[in-house]
Amino acid sequence: MSAQPFRLASGGLIDRGHQLDFSFDGKSYGGYAGDTLASALLANGVRLVGRSFKYHRPRGFLSAGPEEPNALVELRSGARREPNTRATVVELFAGLDAASQNRWPSLAFDLLSINRLVSPALVAGFYYKTFMWPASFWEKLYEPLIRRAAGLGRAAGAEDPDQYEKAFAFCDLLVIGGGPAGLAAALAAGRSGARVILCDEDFRLGGRLLAEKREIGGKPASEWLAATLAELESLPEVRIVPRTTVFGLYDHGIYGAVERVADHLPEPPAHQPRQRGWRIHAKRAILAAGALERPIVFAGNDRPGVMLAGAVRAYVNRHGVLPGRESVLFTAGDDGWTTARDIAAAGGKIAAIVDSRPADPARKALADKLGARLFAGGAVMGARGGRQLSGVTIRDASGVVTELSCDLLAVSNGWNPTLHLTSHQNGKPAWDETLQCFVPGSLPADLAVAGSAAGRFTLAQALEDGARLGRQAATEAGLAATASEPAPTTDPETTGLSPVWRVSGGKGKAFVDYQNDVTDKDVELAAREGFRPVEHLKRYTTLGMATDQGKTSNLSGLAIMAEQTAKTIPQTGTTTFRPPYTPVAIGALAGHHRGKEFRPVRLAPTHDWSKEQGAVFVESGPWLRAQYYPRPGEADWLTTVNREVKAVRASVGICDVSTLGKIDIQGADAAEFLERVYINGWKALPVGKARYGLMLREDGFVMDDGTTSRLGDSHFLMTTTTANAGKVMQHLEFCHQVLWPELDVRMVSVSEQWAQVAIAGPKARETLRGVVDPEYVLSNEALPYLAARSVTVGGGIQARLFRISFSGELAYELAVPADYGDAMMRALMQAGASFGITPYGTEALGVMRIEKGHVAGNELNGQTTARDLGLGRMMSSKKDFVGRLMAGRQALVEQERPALVGFRPVEPGQRLRAGAHFIGTGQQAVMENDEGYMTSVAYSPHLKHWMGLGLIKGGAARIGERVRAYDPVRNGDVVVEICSPVFVDPEGARLHG
Amino acid sequence: MRITCPHCGARDAQEFSYLGAADPKRPEGMAASEAAMATYVYQRDNPAGVHRELWYHGAGCHAWLVVSRDTRTHAITAVEPAKARKAGATA
Repeated sequence: MSAQPFRLASGGLIDRGHQLDFSFDGKSYGGYAGDTLASALLANGVRLVGRSFKYHRPRGFLSAGPEEPNALVELRSGARREPNTRATVVELFAGLDAASQNRWPSLAFDLLSINRLVSPALVAGFYYKTFMWPASFWEKLYEPLIRRAAGLGRAAGAEDPDQYEKAFAFCDLLVIGGGPAGLAAALAAGRSGARVILCDEDFRLGGRLLAEKREIGGKPASEWLAATLAELESLPEVRIVPRTTVFGLYDHGIYGAVERVADHLPEPPAHQPRQRGWRIHAKRAILAAGALERPIVFAGNDRPGVMLAGAVRAYVNRHGVLPGRESVLFTAGDDGWTTARDIAAAGGKIAAIVDSRPADPARKALADKLGARLFAGGAVMGARGGRQLSGVTIRDASGVVTELSCDLLAVSNGWNPTLHLTSHQNGKPAWDETLQCFVPGSLPADLAVAGSAAGRFTLAQALEDGARLGRQAATEAGLAATASEPAPTTDPETTGLSPVWRVSGGKGKAFVDYQNDVTDKDVELAAREGFRPVEHLKRYTTLGMATDQGKTSNLSGLAIMAEQTAKTIPQTGTTTFRPPYTPVAIGALAGHHRGKEFRPVRLAPTHDWSKEQGAVFVESGPWLRAQYYPRPGEADWLTTVNREVKAVRASVGICDVSTLGKIDIQGADAAEFLERVYINGWKALPVGKARYGLMLREDGFVMDDGTTSRLGDSHFLMTTTTANAGKVMQHLEFCHQVLWPELDVRMVSVSEQWAQVAIAGPKARETLRGVVDPEYVLSNEALPYLAARSVTVGGGIQARLFRISFSGELAYELAVPADYGDAMMRALMQAGASFGITPYGTEALGVMRIEKGHVAGNELNGQTTARDLGLGRMMSSKKDFVGRLMAGRQALVEQERPALVGFRPVEPGQRLRAGAHFIGTGQQAVMENDEGYMTSVAYSPHLKHWMGLGLIKGGAARIGERVRAYDPVRNGDVVVEICSPVFVDPEGARLHG
Repeated sequence: MRITCPHCGARDAQEFSYLGAADPKRPEGMAASEAAMATYVYQRDNPAGVHRELWYHGAGCHAWLVVSRDTRTHAITAVEPAKARKAGATA
C-alpha cells in the first residue's frame, strides 16, 4: 500500500487509526475513515481523475462538494456499477472500486484527446450545423459515433440487485442543511417541542464548520458543534437524517429527499435498502443549504490542480490533505485569504497571492507574513500543464506578465447562495448588486431561508438567522416559543468582494462550463449568432446541462453574455432551477414498485387448486388466471386447448370466473339507475333473472359488457369484464354521485367476496346436482336459461346460481363466499368425475366465445360502438342513457364503418392471425385500400379450421365475399371468406338444452 | 400535492384520480340535443386561475369530490363532495 504523500501529519476529521483500502482504475490506494473518495485520491497525489466531455481534456477535482463538474467516476462493478457519481461526495469505504470515465484506452493516454486538435470544429452549435446531411446518416453513423466519443459513464447493463424503498414523513419543521444555520434552527425549534426533521447530504453534520477554523462563543467551533448535536440528539421530537439530500420542493409543502442508506457500504446489509426515497410533508421548512463557490474563467482554468479556494480549505481542514506543494491564490475577495492562511498554517508554501482588487497596505502586510508574493490588482491570465498544473501566467496591475511555477491554484470569486429549492415553486432568484450574486426571490409562504443560502454569508449571520427562523417556525406551528437567547458570538470575518468573471488575453481555452466543455468563446459565438436569451444560450451551447446543471457555470455564462450584449446580469436573465437539486436514481423514486412488484398480483380463490392441476397462468388485468391445464404427453398448448374445448362441448368443463368484476347495487332506484348506465332496458327484468347488458361511455363508444341479475326488487348484481372492473366501479360512482345524486341507490364492489365458477357442457346439470342441496330443483323448467337464484350447496352454504353461458353450452355459474371457493372447486370435480369433468382455462374460454361470436376485450377496445359489434338493436329508443346521443352522431352510424363479422380461411389448413388487415382481393396492400382488421382468432376443434372475428367496412352485408387478410409483420397473406360471427350452434339449441 | 378529503382528511394526491372540469352539466332527458351533448362531452375551458374540478378518491372513500384549485399555483381553496353540491341544487 502506497503512503499518502499529500496527507498532513496531523489534523482533520479523519480517523488515522482506521485505514481503508480502495482502488481507482485498478490501482490500490489507502485512505482513512472520514475521507471522501476525492480527499483520499488527493492524499495519494492522484489529481487526474477524468477526461472532459467533448475535448477529452485531462481533468481533476474542482470542488469538494455536490457541485463537482469534473470528477465523475464509476463506482463498483458488475450489476452494481454506478456511473457519474461525484467523487467529492462519495464516502470512502474499504474495498471501494472506482474507475474514471470517458477515456480510452486509459486515463493517462486517451486516444480521443485528438478531439482537441480538431477542436475549432467543435464549438457551440457544432452538432446542429455539421451532422445535418444526409439525413439517413444520422441514425446509423453520426449518432453512434458521437455517443461513443462524447459521453459520461456506462450504465451497468444488468438488473440492479439492490432494493429501494419509499417512505413518508410528517413534521412541523423541515430543516434542509446541517451547517451552522440549520443546526441553530433545528435547536431553536426543537427546544419548543416541535417535530423537526433535519436532513443533510453529507455523512457528517456541520456543513462549512467542518471545513473552517472558526470560533463560536470564544471556543473552537467544533465544541459548539458537538454540544449542539448532543442536545439535538436528546430532544425526542428531533430527527437528524444524514446522507440525505432534499432534492425538490413540490406542491403543498411536500419535499422530495433521497437517503443514501447503504451507498457508503460495499453492499447493503441484509433487509436494508440501498437508498430510500422520502416524501416529507412539512408544515414549515427552513432552507439552510449554504452556498457554492464560483470559479473564474481564464485560459487553462481546467488544468488538474486548479481548485476552488473553499474546496482547498475543506481538504486541508477537514481531511488533513494539502493538495499541492506550491500554491498560488487567485482571489477577488477576502475569502481567498482565509485559504492562504489555512494553507500556511498547515505548512504549505504559498508562491503568490493574486488579488484582483487594488493595492491595500493591510493585505500587503498579511502577504508578507505568509511569505507570499502579492500581485495586487493583478490577474491569472492562464494556467499551464498537461495532466497536472505546472505553472501560471500572472499579469500585474501595470500589465507586466510573470510566469510562476506551482502545482495548486486556488481560485476565490465569492459564493452563490444554494437557493435552488426556492425556485422549484415558480420563485425567481433576485440579483443583489451589493453582494454580486442572486439571492432568493419570492418564497412559498411556508419556506424561509437562513444563512448563506439567503446571501447572509458570515457565520454570525448564519447562527442568528437559524435561531430566529427556528423559533418563528415553532411558533407558527402552534408551539409555545422558548425564550429568545442571543446568538453566540463568533470570531470576526470580512466578506469584501469584487468579482472577476473572466480574464482575457491568455493562451488556450477558458472554460465556463467544465462538464460540457463550454468555453467563453462559445458564449461569444452564441451572442454573435443571436442565441442571447439565457434559455437559448443554454440550448445552443449546452451550458448548464448534464449532471451538475451548471452549479459552477451558470453565473459566469450569464456574466459573459451580459458583457457581450452590454447589459447587466439581471437584464440578461436568471436560471430557473427545477428539481432535482442533484441527480436521483430512478430506483429511489420507484421503491419496491418494479418488475413483478410493480403492482400487487391478485390470485383467484381457486389458484392453489389450479396450481395442483399443473395450470399455466396468464396475466389478465391485475389477476393471474389459469390459461390452460396441460397433461403429460400433450405436444403443445394447442393440443391441450383443443382437448379442453372438446371436453366441454362433449361432456362438461369447469373454469374459475371469479376475476370478473362484481358490483352489488341496491336501492329503490336501482333499476332506474341501470336504465341510465346500460343501453338496454332493466325495469321489466323479473326478480330471479339475469340479462346481458352493454354500457357506453358518454362519447358513444362501448365501455364494458356483462350480465346483471335481479336478486330482489331493489337489488341487482352486476358483472363486468375482468380488465374493466375498477373502471366500471368508478364510472358507476361518477354517474351516481356527480350526475344523479337524487337517485336512491347504493353500490359496492363484491368482486373479492365471491368465488364464482362456470360449469359448462351437456353434463353440467348432472354435475351441479352433486353439489347443490337436494331441495333446489335444477330442471330446465325450474331453472331456465338466464335464471338467477339463491341456493345452498354442500349442506347449507349460501350460494348463488346463474344459468348463463359464454361457451354456448348448457352452462351455469355458481358463486359461493370466496373462502369456500377452493372447496367448491374440489366438490364439483368430484361431482363431475364420472363425466370426465375437465378444468379449462382462459384459452379454451376464448376459443368457445369466438365459436359463438361473443365479443370480448379485443372487440371492446374503446374504438367500437354497439352498432359496430352488431349490438345496435339493443339500444333502447325509449329512455335516455349514457352515450345515447353521441352514439347517434353521423360519423358513428355511417354504413361504411367497420362492423363485426366472422372470417374463415378459404383453404381450410391456413392459419389466421389477429391484427391482420383486410384488403380487397387483387388490390394493392396499401393504407388507402385498408378495409378493417381481424380482432380475434382461434383454432376451432369443432370446425377443424381457424376462424376469426373482425371489423370490416360494410359488415354483415358482405357475408360470402372474399378478402385478403394481410399481415406484413408475420408475412401473412391469406384469402378469407366473410361469414356469420356465430360458428357453432347458431340456433342456440345447446344453450337451452 | 395534498387534497383534504371531507371524509378522510388530508391525503396524498396519489390516492386520487383526476377527471376534469366539475361544472359542465350533463344535458338530461330525451329532449336534450346532440349539439348540447357534444358541448358537454368535448368543450372545456382552460382557465388560468381557480378551476373547479372533479377528483375521485379511489384509494380512500370512493367519493367524487369537487376541488377548487388554482391552476397557476396548485393552491386548493375548497373541497366538497360532488354529491353534497347537487343535493340541494335545482338541476
